[in-house]
Amino acid sequence: MRAKRVIFRHRWLPYALIAPQIIITLVFFLWPASQAIYQSLLRQDAFGLRTEFVGLKNFARLFADPLYLDSFITTILFSTLVTALSMLIALVLAVMADRVLRGSLTFRTLLIWPYAVAPAVAGVLWWFLFNPTIGIVAYALDGLGYDWNHYVSGSDAMALIVIAAAWRQVSYNFLFFLAGLQAIPRSLTEAAAIDGAGPVKRFLTIQLPLLSPTVFFLLVVNLVYAFFETFGVVHATTSGGPGNATNILVYKVWRDAFEGLNLGSSAAQSVVLMVIVIALTAIQFRYIERRVEY
Amino acid sequence: MKSHTSIAALAASLAFAASPVLAQTEINFWHAMGGALGEKVEEIATDFNEMQDEFKIVPTYKGNYTENMTAAIAAFRAGEQPHVVQVFEVGTATMMAAQGAVKPVYEVMGNADIDWDSDAYLPAVKSYYTTPEGELLSLPFNSSTPVMWYNKDMLDAAGVEEVPQTWDEMFAAAEKLKENGAECAFSFGWQSWVMVENYLAWHDQPIGTQQNGFAGTDTEFVFNESQDLTELLQRIADSQADGMFKYGGRRGDSLPLFTTGECAMWMNSSAYYAGISEQADFEFGQTMLPVNSEVRDEAQNSIIGGATLWVLEGHDDAEYQGVAEFFNYMSTPEVQADWHQSSGYVPITTAAYELSQEQGFYDEFPGTDTAIKQLSLNEPTENSRGIRFGNYVQIRDIINEELEALWAGDQTANEALDKAADRGNQLLRDFQDTNS
Repeated sequence: MRAKRVIFRHRWLPYALIAPQIIITLVFFLWPASQAIYQSLLRQDAFGLRTEFVGLKNFARLFADPLYLDSFITTILFSTLVTALSMLIALVLAVMADRVLRGSLTFRTLLIWPYAVAPAVAGVLWWFLFNPTIGIVAYALDGLGYDWNHYVSGSDAMALIVIAAAWRQVSYNFLFFLAGLQAIPRSLTEAAAIDGAGPVKRFLTIQLPLLSPTVFFLLVVNLVYAFFETFGVVHATTSGGPGNATNILVYKVWRDAFEGLNLGSSAAQSVVLMVIVIALTAIQFRYIERRVEY
Repeated sequence: MKSHTSIAALAASLAFAASPVLAQTEINFWHAMGGALGEKVEEIATDFNEMQDEFKIVPTYKGNYTENMTAAIAAFRAGEQPHVVQVFEVGTATMMAAQGAVKPVYEVMGNADIDWDSDAYLPAVKSYYTTPEGELLSLPFNSSTPVMWYNKDMLDAAGVEEVPQTWDEMFAAAEKLKENGAECAFSFGWQSWVMVENYLAWHDQPIGTQQNGFAGTDTEFVFNESQDLTELLQRIADSQADGMFKYGGRRGDSLPLFTTGECAMWMNSSAYYAGISEQADFEFGQTMLPVNSEVRDEAQNSIIGGATLWVLEGHDDAEYQGVAEFFNYMSTPEVQADWHQSSGYVPITTAAYELSQEQGFYDEFPGTDTAIKQLSLNEPTENSRGIRFGNYVQIRDIINEELEALWAGDQTANEALDKAADRGNQLLRDFQDTNS
């Protein structure tokens, strides 16, 4: 009797199977990233006809520029607001949808639809609603006595992009929260109800702690979304204005490259953003995954 | 057998007949004309294509001026550049500095087999785009200048008998409009172009040293040194409290403020004629920009905005011949007169202007010659010939940002202009470094 072979004979097969993914990662992630790092060390004219190697001067210029630091603060403010708003609303909706028995499928479908809308389209929709001259929400606010004008008021503009960006994310968060809630055994909440705990107390002491893995996961996902995927929203609505009130980091990267035609500075900003996202992901993997209760 | 060969012969002859002996050379033309203006551009291209069968102009709308210019530059870096690209006036310095990427128009027209006279173009338009020796670098196509649009119905209702010609009259009219219940008296768009560059040119004051940049890249901004401009901007910012002025955004975003009848007066490009005619359901008119009677009694002249057509390197001579023929066609009096009359851009050749006069266009539509009159009001001085600053696309944004902070009440006009000048000067020095 022959011993069973444990070694897989065709050694090329694993490489062939993961090759497509590796190639995609190389072409769409590593190549542009290395290009960005290379370009951040150069200073060029718009057409690329003259190139000068300047080392880390682009970075030094960036961190000495008060507007860049302002952009950091704007981005942190923006992502905090988007994350908080979208997670809170999604949580409330998920808790309510969890309790519904009839028509729950309809509610769930309708609540998920906004996620299918592209960020730029969502931005334009909200821009129309809030336009000071022709928007119906602006008209309603005017009736309530508030003169909405996101072309002049920085806080109005920030409110606009927060709403437009958070609206989409509510659906995404809602899905995860609902799944998380439905994974909690009914017996726990029923036992607490029998013991006389009201819905709020049940939520705070049972459901929320058991949702903590979901909460932390969504926290990082939402922050990354607000940091990086909201370019379309800003571009379609406020273009970074008025002044620099909504000039978030990712928008500034685009603007300096494509309007300012300053590719070196823009590449340097890209590199900084890349470092930030690597750091965020590292934090998520190392710390958060360990501290949540399962 | 016989039928086979005859069918084969028929097929071969049909194939030959179907394809022209010389395939049409395609000329790519990237422009930033959307809406009504874009349709007109398509019309001009189609007419040219139907007139002859050697060349085919393919116009493509690439977005607004900034997006179009960026697309062309990115395409150049990828080796896929179009033949002709429409670049707005503030991109002139960048395009001029790109020797090796740009093919000057005088070269294109000189090499081609065409009669062409560059003196046919109006001096006010030409001077912006010529070398110090007077040779034309890009082809003027759609040049405009800011005018003051006004809502005749609203002004009449408020008892404003004469359209304001000075800033004092503007504020006086604003008071009357407010009393009559108007939501806002005036607004403007493209504020750097209208309220800074054109204000200073209109009053014969410099925007930057070195003849506004024409004489060298070591130019520096001096617009913050104009006392009257600072005071006027502060006055406008303060008037927001009384509802006289309402800021509606950069570029043409504030057009709805005018066309919906919210603001009675609007200062922006003469080229909004097409859009306003379509959208306004009230009687409107245009007049010259107001003069600040505290510094001058009469205006100097205004400077142009709009865009010109630049030719990019990297194509064959045969294709450049097509470009030259297209340019020649576009500059004929008939085409220019038609373009000017339907768009509100100024007629760029003397012949086109005269043709429009002969056709009685200005009698039928009074006020439509405001733009050209403003441009040719006086012989341009060093201050009013135009501007040539590098990185000016970004600098315009800087001026926009600082002025927006002013309208929001976050800083005074003094601070806004000083900061804009400082930040702008940094970019001017950058341009000087990379291009010397």
